[in-house]
Amino acid sequence: MLRAVSNHACLRQALSSTRTLRTGLQKHVHKTQFVSVRHVSTTKPTERAEVEKPIVQNGELVFPGALRTSFVNNMTFVDPTTQDSMPTYRVVGPDGVQIDKSYKIDLPVDTILKMYKDMVTVSIMDAIMFDAQRQGRLSFYMVSAGEEGMAVGSAAALKPQDHVYSQYREQGAYMYRGFTLDDFMNQLYGNKHDQGKGRNMPVHYGSRELNMHTISSPLATQLPHAAGTAYAQKMAGVDGVTLCYMGEGAASEGDFHAALNIAATRNCPVIYFCRNNGYAISTSAIEQYKGDGIASRAIGYGIETIRVDGNDIFAVHRATKKAREIALRDQKPVLIEGMSYRVSHHSTSDDSFAYRSRGEVESWQRKDNPIVRLRKWLELNKHWNEEEEQKFRTQARKDILTAFSKAEKVKKPEIVSAFTDCWEDIPPHLKEQQQELGEILDTYPEHFDLSAFEGGRGGLHDK
Amino acid sequence: MLTRLRPVLRGGVKASLPSLTKTVSPLRGYSSLVASHDSPNLVNLSEAPFLLNSANAALSHPELAGTAAAEGQAKQLNLYQSVNDALKTALETDETAVLFGEDVAFGGVFRCSMDLQERFGADRVFNTPLTEQGLVGFGIGYAAYGSTAIAEVQFADYVFPAFDQIVNEAAKYRARSSSNFDAGGLTIRMPCGVVGHGAMYHSQSGEAFFSHSPGIKVVMPRSPFQAKGLLLASIRSKDPIIFMEPKILYRASAEYVPTEDYELPIGKADVMQEGSDVTIVGYGTQLYHIHAAAKMAEQKLGASVEIIDLRTISPWDRDTVFESVKKTGRCVVTHEAPRTGGIGAEVAAEVQEKCFLHLESPVQRVTGWDTHMSLAFEDLQVPNVTRIFHSIKKAIEY
Ligand SMILES: Cc1ncc(C[n+]2csc(CCOP(=O)(O)OP(=O)(O)O)c2C)c(N)n1
Ligand SMILES: [Mg+2]
Repeated sequence: MLRAVSNHACLRQALSSTRTLRTGLQKHVHKTQFVSVRHVSTTKPTERAEVEKPIVQNGELVFPGALRTSFVNNMTFVDPTTQDSMPTYRVVGPDGVQIDKSYKIDLPVDTILKMYKDMVTVSIMDAIMFDAQRQGRLSFYMVSAGEEGMAVGSAAALKPQDHVYSQYREQGAYMYRGFTLDDFMNQLYGNKHDQGKGRNMPVHYGSRELNMHTISSPLATQLPHAAGTAYAQKMAGVDGVTLCYMGEGAASEGDFHAALNIAATRNCPVIYFCRNNGYAISTSAIEQYKGDGIASRAIGYGIETIRVDGNDIFAVHRATKKAREIALRDQKPVLIEGMSYRVSHHSTSDDSFAYRSRGEVESWQRKDNPIVRLRKWLELNKHWNEEEEQKFRTQARKDILTAFSKAEKVKKPEIVSAFTDCWEDIPPHLKEQQQELGEILDTYPEHFDLSAFEGGRGGLHDK
Repeated sequence: MLTRLRPVLRGGVKASLPSLTKTVSPLRGYSSLVASHDSPNLVNLSEAPFLLNSANAALSHPELAGTAAAEGQAKQLNLYQSVNDALKTALETDETAVLFGEDVAFGGVFRCSMDLQERFGADRVFNTPLTEQGLVGFGIGYAAYGSTAIAEVQFADYVFPAFDQIVNEAAKYRARSSSNFDAGGLTIRMPCGVVGHGAMYHSQSGEAFFSHSPGIKVVMPRSPFQAKGLLLASIRSKDPIIFMEPKILYRASAEYVPTEDYELPIGKADVMQEGSDVTIVGYGTQLYHIHAAAKMAEQKLGASVEIIDLRTISPWDRDTVFESVKKTGRCVVTHEAPRTGGIGAEVAAEVQEKCFLHLESPVQRVTGWDTHMSLAFEDLQVPNVTRIFHSIKKAIEY
């Protein structure tokens, strides 16, 4: 026990001295970034042995597991169905008219127009790529129809140095942060310009340059990563947060709960953005959970939380901007639940009319949509008109198709990429396997056609 | 939105999408297809020689001898239909049986549970929330009560959140209570293996991870006939079983399947083809490639190849394999999964220990490389006919 205590103390001392060292260094390096950032831990060191916690306060017992509780003598269970549902914040309603008059939409018109154009571009790209998949031009695609507002609106509230983890339906965030049409198409075709070297299924984008971590198919795994990245930002003392998207279905995974709890207890400057679109493939939100959406869970983890209308890009933007402020200033996590509807099939592998009615989908399509809503607001405020709309759509389509044909013609990466990047270097046993493949290709050249790959057989680099 | 955009885009896009160019394969331009047009690697799965192509072939199968199923009917089903048929039979014959998983209610993303909720009700066939650790753990508890749990994990790639529940709970439930309790009533089904465009996270075969755990069994069928009998035996087995269904076969593999209830033995390999020069051990989709390679070896080298389907991957049928290798003196083992620590390593080690004096050449492994599956390179990563043929040749010419 004694030894444990002294070890602990040593460790703490060592930690705090490296921290001063590092902090000093960073202050020197990016002085300007530091003004508003609390870069040193907001948590006190765990002083288990030294500090005795009070067990009585105001004459009453204090149980360590619930410090703020009080004692009552009438027995009641909390029945969640009698509690109010968390309200959904809106700036602009479905008719494009501003409802929250107390808020001055303080975004430059150019920014709002970029948000609009990115949503429109994404929606056109989605429709084209969906059809392209149907024609057998690519293996798979997922559209974000109806949810463009959540991706674009939240991304617009971030800074370039922020880190982003996405699930797969956030192409709008990629576009807003600077992923180009060529970047999209190269990934979708897995050609030699794809940053993922043709390894991933379509829509698994990633960009080191844009601080967007490469998408992983297994759901919710990115949530604890986001807490860790945010903690690294905190330790590094930078003016940056991490934003992490997930679906309401993914929020059922164990990793969701693990992530929120660790983010809360370690005071990580992370924003969790849940796109609640009512479906996880065929499973409706009603079957997915019994509670009040996803937002109510975050409250349980001690996380500041807001629910917004995901079809209202102003509400999404404002909430995310505020969340970033809170995360950075108070060094703690925030959760935003955006409410929307998955208008599309889950993916090109899905036919959603096997589990929901056409009528339901069509009603949503008619009633509301983030693009239409923002367009109404823009037109009401004289920032946009039909002519500009047509001109923009025509150009966007042209640009997408140009990028599409360009990427489709580019060769696949060199076949050595089947062996690289698993480890930092190819270990000897894998080098041997690479040579084994070379031997096969040389012994039976007539069995293979490697013309689709850059460099053909030579691209193996096994000799 | 979509309706408004679609009509405009639909027609417009189709017309204006640039036509397929020559450099892109019309078959699968988006992912890799490295086979030349007359390559032996273009294996047509639905034409495999071992698929039972008549009712008579199915009903007179030796493993059905003396059973009621042999006296009944048989009809042609593909693999997902035969899995569906087995699930239906299991739910009919065991009133404690429940079937659950993500998106199971509407029929499952591969349609294996189609119409079962309508038939057996929403208390017995249902969707779970999206949590593999949760749904597998739930299945363990249901089984520990003595009831029958059939859990579906949507893809074998997504079983890993449940790894702890499987290797520390399902596998050890019996041992830690000295058989006072067990999770034997649990079967965990999952689609596995490559499909041509699954890339890193829709292609994996994690059988080796589970084979490393005592207390559970791992089974993988090669065809519809096998699937029904093995799945029913797995569901009724008193050990927890991981039942891996090669998803590329769901539609591609069709075979006559008896309509009656029948089981095929767990723990028993199947000698699919007898031969005298070399034994090839495999399972699942690999058997389709193994058969093509064996035929090529017969034609080009005059080699007589014995083919063994392990069926139960863990614990595997050592006697059948040893007996075969002692006869042929040569052994090749193949699987899609990576080489290091794979099933091939286990088979090779056991064979060299038990058949050492009979071996004419080293046991060879033809496996996925020790890398992750890629969209663009799958055809170069998974063992194909060329590679299996090459190994047969090496074994013979050693
Ligand atoms: C661990 C894991 N389990 C299952 C899947 C299969 N899967 C892919 S998407 C999906 C539904 C996700 O729904 P949600 O999180 O609500 O996102 P949405 O598709 O609605 O955007 C499922 C079950 C997966 N990718 N990972
Ligand atoms: Mg969803």
